[in-house]
Amino acid sequence: MLESPDNFRKDFPFFAQNPDLVYLDNSATSQAPSCVIDRLNRYEQLQKASPFRGLYPLSVQATDDYEHARNLVRDFIHAGSGEEIIFTRNATESLNLVAYCAGNALIHAGDEILVGITEHHSNMIPWQQMARRTGARVRYLTCSREGAFNPDDLEQSLTDRTRLVAITQMSNVFGQINDLRTLTQIAHRRNALVVADGCQSVPHIPVNVRELDVDFLAFSGHKMLGPTGIGVLYGKKDLLNRLPPFLTGGEMIEEVTTEGATWAPLPQKFEAGTVNTGGALALGEAIAYYNRVGFDAMMARESALTRRLMTGMADIPHVQIIGSPKPELHHGLVTFTIDGVHPHDVSAIMADHGIAIRAGHHCAQPLHAYLGLNATCRASLMFYNTEADVDAFLNILSEIRGAMGYAD
Amino acid sequence: MPIKPFYNDILMDHHHHPAHKHELPDANLTLRGVNPSCGDQITLHLLVNDAGIIQDGSFTGDGCAISQASADIMLDLIIGKDQTNALHLCSLFMKMIRETVSDSELEELEEAGALQDISHMPARVKCAVLGWHTMEEAFRSQPTIH
Repeated sequence: MLESPDNFRKDFPFFAQNPDLVYLDNSATSQAPSCVIDRLNRYEQLQKASPFRGLYPLSVQATDDYEHARNLVRDFIHAGSGEEIIFTRNATESLNLVAYCAGNALIHAGDEILVGITEHHSNMIPWQQMARRTGARVRYLTCSREGAFNPDDLEQSLTDRTRLVAITQMSNVFGQINDLRTLTQIAHRRNALVVADGCQSVPHIPVNVRELDVDFLAFSGHKMLGPTGIGVLYGKKDLLNRLPPFLTGGEMIEEVTTEGATWAPLPQKFEAGTVNTGGALALGEAIAYYNRVGFDAMMARESALTRRLMTGMADIPHVQIIGSPKPELHHGLVTFTIDGVHPHDVSAIMADHGIAIRAGHHCAQPLHAYLGLNATCRASLMFYNTEADVDAFLNILSEIRGAMGYAD
Repeated sequence: MPIKPFYNDILMDHHHHPAHKHELPDANLTLRGVNPSCGDQITLHLLVNDAGIIQDGSFTGDGCAISQASADIMLDLIIGKDQTNALHLCSLFMKMIRETVSDSELEELEEAGALQDISHMPARVKCAVLGWHTMEEAFRSQPTIH
């Protein structure tokens, strides 16, 4: 069955439940289609058994379903093997896993870690903390005012001590896609690993980790039509094998004695404790939904909506767009300010008219400081948004200065 | 069709024409307050004499209309009063936000009563109390004025 672009919304019970809401906070979290919720329910209500250990049919079924979900993730990002797909709680946990384990195994005092100034706090604080533990030093790679990284800047920022580059594929403030393939080639030439944040990119564009050649990629299920509480870490097999475990306990061991333990092979080595089976199955179902609809149809919708949104915004006086003025570089994500009106007030007025957007620093406080901004607003689209959503947003946007007592 | 003004006249007036938003070089009690949920930040500057009277006060920083107007209204109220009185008004303001304030107490709060409706907007409570909390912390952290 192929979903019709006109009928995307019927797949999402959220919109039937909230018919008057204009939901433009998809970069924070996306809504889930009913097939995803149904899969979660079916496991929790009818099929619940702990995978891996039980020898009875339901447990075997849970193991098969869980591994099937892993394979769906593997194919979705074109990883070489299911052993390279670690299920985590979310991207934050994935990035903490890499920072913690790499800090223990691969990074030493005096080494340098290069972090993009655009990074979400989840791809920045774990490196700061790791640097404190190891005596390594965090340095920052700056971008243009429009959010673009210049490969020459990376070339010049890398030193013989740089062990790792942490950078996002798509900024959650600019919406711009970084050319990770080129950046990774440069980093690899200098023997630095690349840890990429795929939170915003994986839900919106096809991602091929083998083409990009990044060493690690983290993303969250809840931003890509899945439920909360399930995320993914992709890592190259040889690197994951070189890392020590992150959390220890059940399921991740091979043999345990009173003296110590040996570790299970990948990917179980990094999945300590009873896994989030329902979440993984539901994420697998979300990927099946992506596969049915197809990125071509989704991206065409998001691109048309972004163009409508940014064309409308450009016509409203006193609205300042952060990043490129070109809609095709924003991938549905538009950060902006209104002269003289604090973003929190913009967001509150929007909320008063049933429009959900984000205000603040979007977990990218150092980027805001770098840009000289205290806070911004962000509207973010998904393929299930409509022209009517965009028009409602633009209509209120054009009235905000008036509602705040300005004459123009 | 224009939408209605979002905040009442008192808030809007203090937001657009804050009397106390400026530096205060003579200040002897200064504290920064932040609201991490939205990035609002204010720095409160107070000049307190030996008798504990707030002789002058101001705020600087960046924040939404509510946080800025609330701080400005607070300074209107506390300048000229002593520390004990200022903290008393602060406790009344918190009571108002928690919807447990009496009519006579509300009168004591004068223009700050314009923020009473914030109790119905949970997401904005932190904005409204930012200046007040900062004042409370300033007095608590530094009981002796130098």
